[in-house]
Amino acid sequence: MTQTTQFGRRFFLTAAAVAGGGFSLGWSAPEAAAQAAGGSELGIWAVIHADDTVVVRIARSEMGQGTLTGLAQLVADELDADWRFVKAEYVAPDVNYANKRAWGDMSTGGSRGIRASVDYVRKGGAAARAMLIEAAAKKWSVPAGECTTAMSVVTHTPTGRTLRYGELAADAAKLPVPADVAVKTPAQWTLIGRGVKRLDTVEKLSGKLVYAIDLQLPDMLNASIAQSPVFGGKLKSFDAAKIKGMPGVRYVVPVGDDAVAVVADKWFQANTALAALPIVWDEGKNGDVDSAQIAAFLKEGLDAKEAALCQAHGDVSAAFAGSAKKIEAVYGAPFLNHATLEPMTATAKYADGKVEVWVSSQNGDASLAAAAEAAGVKLDAVKVNKHHLGGGFGRRGQQDYTRQAVLIAKQIPGRPIKLIWSREEDMQHGFYRPITQCKLTGSLDADGNVTGLHARISGQSILAYLAPARMENGVDRIAFQGWIPGEFGYQAIPNLKIDHAVRNTHVPVGFWRGVNTNQNTIYMECFIDELAHAAGKDPIEFRRKLMAKAPKHLAVMNAVTERAGWGTPLPKGVFRGFAQNCGFGSYTAAVAEVSVSAKGALKIHRIVAATDPGYAVNPDQIAAQVEGSFVYGLSATLYSEITIQKGRAVQGNFDTYEVMRLADMPKVETVIVPSGGFWGGVGEPTIAVAGPAVLNAIFAATGKRIRTLPLSHHDLRPA
Amino acid sequence: MIKLNVNGQIREIDADPDTPLLWVLREWIGLTGTKYGCGVAQCGACTVHIDGVATRSCSLPAGSVGAARVTTIEGLSSDGLSHPVQVAWLQHEVPQCGYCQSGQIMAAASLLAEKPSPTDTDIAEMITNICRCGTYQRVKEAIHTAAALAGPVGGPSGGKS
Repeated sequence: MTQTTQFGRRFFLTAAAVAGGGFSLGWSAPEAAAQAAGGSELGIWAVIHADDTVVVRIARSEMGQGTLTGLAQLVADELDADWRFVKAEYVAPDVNYANKRAWGDMSTGGSRGIRASVDYVRKGGAAARAMLIEAAAKKWSVPAGECTTAMSVVTHTPTGRTLRYGELAADAAKLPVPADVAVKTPAQWTLIGRGVKRLDTVEKLSGKLVYAIDLQLPDMLNASIAQSPVFGGKLKSFDAAKIKGMPGVRYVVPVGDDAVAVVADKWFQANTALAALPIVWDEGKNGDVDSAQIAAFLKEGLDAKEAALCQAHGDVSAAFAGSAKKIEAVYGAPFLNHATLEPMTATAKYADGKVEVWVSSQNGDASLAAAAEAAGVKLDAVKVNKHHLGGGFGRRGQQDYTRQAVLIAKQIPGRPIKLIWSREEDMQHGFYRPITQCKLTGSLDADGNVTGLHARISGQSILAYLAPARMENGVDRIAFQGWIPGEFGYQAIPNLKIDHAVRNTHVPVGFWRGVNTNQNTIYMECFIDELAHAAGKDPIEFRRKLMAKAPKHLAVMNAVTERAGWGTPLPKGVFRGFAQNCGFGSYTAAVAEVSVSAKGALKIHRIVAATDPGYAVNPDQIAAQVEGSFVYGLSATLYSEITIQKGRAVQGNFDTYEVMRLADMPKVETVIVPSGGFWGGVGEPTIAVAGPAVLNAIFAATGKRIRTLPLSHHDLRPA
Repeated sequence: MIKLNVNGQIREIDADPDTPLLWVLREWIGLTGTKYGCGVAQCGACTVHIDGVATRSCSLPAGSVGAARVTTIEGLSSDGLSHPVQVAWLQHEVPQCGYCQSGQIMAAASLLAEKPSPTDTDIAEMITNICRCGTYQRVKEAIHTAAALAGPVGGPSGGKS
């Protein structure tokens, strides 16, 4: 029994959803798949079957963030569908391509899954509903305006007659799809705002969900890859004869100009043989680079004359010169790996000028393009099968592993080749969270009011590495996440300057869940705390003044501090810290309660986190994202870093790249304060406040300012 | 040739005895519910039961298992849903991406077999599996629920410290 889903072919996600928040054990996937095989298309977003099953099509990727369920809720709400009958299926990227991208952007990053699709998917649901009403009205020969819908039933109100959606779907599908239909007002929503159960949980409890790494196809071979250990290095040579005859080994092949793969009957055999394969690398010019050099390179940028401007108003130099007190601090954050638990993996089959891939990808369009390019075929010669992701966090927006699988498969035509990266390859060949340092300078007047603030980032630019065409006159806007006007909460500071000395290293960088809001919020929120301390003021009261032009930031701060009881007594030895940010269209804030023993043992007792995502589609899934954000954000704050020696990543596995485990996770209380009127993301924005809330609490507890991460550098360890 | 008792079935497998049990399960037998995450017994995604005890199969040579009973996530309950841990997991909506959850569930089931009413401290000590999505809070809550569902030893609220 499998349940991947791609419409037009392949298998189905079986919905274990039930109404009313209960749970059911009564579904059966094979039957569900059989039922789903037919159905009537009402527009492009919904398929309705005679048994009332509603299949909602999903163009984005599910990687744990719940977007599949949330998007289905949006469509089903407009459709007035009975949630018990709702299932979901992926739109295949090649079907999207063949239909002029009718289902829109497939890229799943930047917490955009819902907020960037919300208009067109709801219209899709509303159009399908209009078609069902029209079909019923025709059948009854009554005006459509006399018909209403609820729970997958059309009712002719004057007579009380009813027809189920399943009874109407075939007729409705013959009608034209209305071009422009109105969507509901928030007061009319029945599913949006409800914490319905996810559609894809059951298969994750039985081991039956087929992730890309689990794929088994007839005649499939398995590949393990070694890439140049020094970033940017090339493959010089390898001695395949040395591993010929090892169990299961079939082929040893170069992969592009910087990698080599062993292909064997089983992946374990391929990986074992790869370890024994003599390989010579051309390290290029970066074989001597280490973390100390990179740190010195960034440090120079902190005072460099040239810098890309984010925003400026007033005159910070004059403010500093005339201030009663001037504070300066330098912060820094290291490279980080995404470390998805499912390592990079893709399967490819090349035959007769066509290529088919099976991938876990955050961007189906990019997988299609990568496969076509690697195979040297046109886009319409590619089929892409999407699988649920075993974690994404931004890493799987890049399709290097899909490209490699195709490059290998093209050398072994006719057989599917499953490429799995070992954990070590995954750890040492990431698109890392960029390393940056930040120098912050602030000034206070005699009353402790902030008169000026300058934040200078020095460090690597994601866009310069991944998408130079998106740089605007040398400015990487993404470097300033959280700080651009509209996001920045302290715009009321009278003299303000934020800029970035771009300092690119040879280390690949990319979008790491939360991206630059993570480092920036640590820098800003800890430094604002430093200013509050210098002014002798309570950190919340101090911020309140600075938020004079930021009512939504202020509202979230008020909500979280009220729930946390800011200012109320705590048990002896326990201290609070606060942080807030706006990113990915949402407002977030957190209060941390920590204690630190005399020996430096840190215990985080409690986290209260508030978020204003505008509209909250599924409060329970938002809570899950907020809870998980503290694990991701605090892993980065407390333990994780990638360091560079001899041009390569030092850490290779979870023994050296440490992450948070259950024992250290604090209790997280989620406060959702949807203020309405906008759609914000929820998968990323909370991560940014996790670190600084805890760091500010550590300062309150110890008087010690942690300005470089991770915390394990500072003789502080979780208790 | 290795002989294994997996989920109650005797399997004869033509693999090198040094092959880790994880890969024998996944690649020779085709049971892919047990996951690869690190290969060095760090992350716990590969957790199975050996005679009922949670064991990281990525670092256990298949040839060393002998006649011991191997239980994988596929063999935890007949329908894949009815073990108290699975029931509690569904109730609490524990999984996010789900990739680590086979291992989490197997570790939790083993913990409950040993300690029917575990305290938070027991859970923190015994559940060391990595979840990058960060589902730990719900893992903990669901283990307490599973303990209550499994019955009388701890009572409905039993053991929560």
